[in-house]
Amino acid sequence: MAKHKTPLLDQLESGPWPSFVSDIKQEVAHRYANPKGVDFQIPAECPDDLLGILELSYVEGETHWKHGGIVGVFGYGGGVIGRYCDQPEKFPGVAHFHTVRLNQPSGMFYKTDFLRQLCDLWELRGSGLTNMHGATGDIVLLGTSTPQLEEIFWEVTHNMNNDLGGSGSNLRTPSCCLGESRCEYACYDSQEMCFNLTNEYQDELHRPAFPYKFKFKFDGCSLGCVAAIARSDMSFIGTWRDEIRVDQKVVAAYVGGELAPNAGAYSGRNWGKFDIQKEVVERCPSQCIRFEGGKLEINNKECVRCMHCICVMPRALKIGNDRGCSILVGAKAPILDGPQMGSLAIPFIKVDDDYAGVKEFIEATWDWWMEEGKNRERIGETLKRLGFAKLLEVTGTKADPRHVKEPRHNPYIFWKEEEVEGGWQREISDYRSRHQK
Amino acid sequence: MALVFEEAKAKIIEFITSKAKMKSKFYFNDFTALFPEEKGRDVKKILTQMINEETLVFWSSGSTSMYGLAGAGKHADGED
Repeated sequence: MAKHKTPLLDQLESGPWPSFVSDIKQEVAHRYANPKGVDFQIPAECPDDLLGILELSYVEGETHWKHGGIVGVFGYGGGVIGRYCDQPEKFPGVAHFHTVRLNQPSGMFYKTDFLRQLCDLWELRGSGLTNMHGATGDIVLLGTSTPQLEEIFWEVTHNMNNDLGGSGSNLRTPSCCLGESRCEYACYDSQEMCFNLTNEYQDELHRPAFPYKFKFKFDGCSLGCVAAIARSDMSFIGTWRDEIRVDQKVVAAYVGGELAPNAGAYSGRNWGKFDIQKEVVERCPSQCIRFEGGKLEINNKECVRCMHCICVMPRALKIGNDRGCSILVGAKAPILDGPQMGSLAIPFIKVDDDYAGVKEFIEATWDWWMEEGKNRERIGETLKRLGFAKLLEVTGTKADPRHVKEPRHNPYIFWKEEEVEGGWQREISDYRSRHQK
Repeated sequence: MALVFEEAKAKIIEFITSKAKMKSKFYFNDFTALFPEEKGRDVKKILTQMINEETLVFWSSGSTSMYGLAGAGKHADGED
């Protein structure tokens, strides 16, 4: 029997979507019933009090959480987010309600025994409530008390071969798509790169020294299953620099209706006969495709790698063979300055086994940001403040037309005096000889 | 010039103590400013060592992290 009446939360369950309120109520009932006889290490009433305090916040229109704290595990500056309630007498089950972030496996491949271990651990030492997965991609375990933290950490690292994720002014838990494990579009092994860089940058992940958060995301191709371009301070997006491979016979099969476009997706409704002109040629953002005389031609120099044509006819068109990734910098959500997408910094880099070129770029970027970034300033904001050209300079990257978003409208380019003939001083009489006042 | 741990530690503690009336938590950049000739990574090594010997503690809001002397400042009940 629930302790608190929650009419406002109950109303949320009436909508058409699955409700977190229903999920929490399910856990409330489960913990009170306790069919497995678990020796709960935090109060059994924790999810019940969570509903109670949330209802109170809805009624009063203000939060009852105190934000932040020094909770953590020994030596780590991230992975645990302290949360305390300011009404502990009324809601003792959530007096402490700390969040623990765990590093998710690359591509989010789980074995069922791992998930069982995780759920058993969280039932014993936490609220039983999880968020799979948080915005960064990690496993988020919601609600535990301070004495449980070291116990959880020991269990996770010793018996589950896992680690805490990132929080605070750290490198956040890197995240990748499922890459070459399942996807023919992957232009590099995004899982391997994510794993490698996660291990390489353990110090940055666990010991905060950045001005603010920093996120890596790895998309194997520009379809962007982890939305790296919008959600990460540094995005690695698979691409190729040769030509899209075209099998004209298979193109003809699509045109003739023998193969379903979009691999059979959108088949729930009759969209009519496949029209390659309308559905492929005219949809190309750089208009670099033509279909004439039964032959599909692509002007690859103009292709922007959006991959729409490949998605519509996946058996006829394939990604190129000379593959690597692009690196973009500066995406962020709209806390300050509005949202930003990543800006292209490295148009193409081969992804070698040791990721030497990638690491060189990352470290030069961090050194600059750690030196110049203001407290709580994302690198996208530093870029805007100091200019994209500065990033190119500190990373030793040669300027390229692909860095320019659009002509004469790029806020990133600031000339330096030594780059301008004659500097900032000029002979005005010479100028006036050619231009009247 | 490489940082000597004991000297750097003393300077950090002196800095934190001198500000103790106003604040108890400091950004990483506050410490790099104390050692303008040194690289941020070297300053970080000193801070990490001070964390490991429990002279300093991390404070985190979840999005931002700061450093403070162990036991200094106001803490929520049960926060240790």
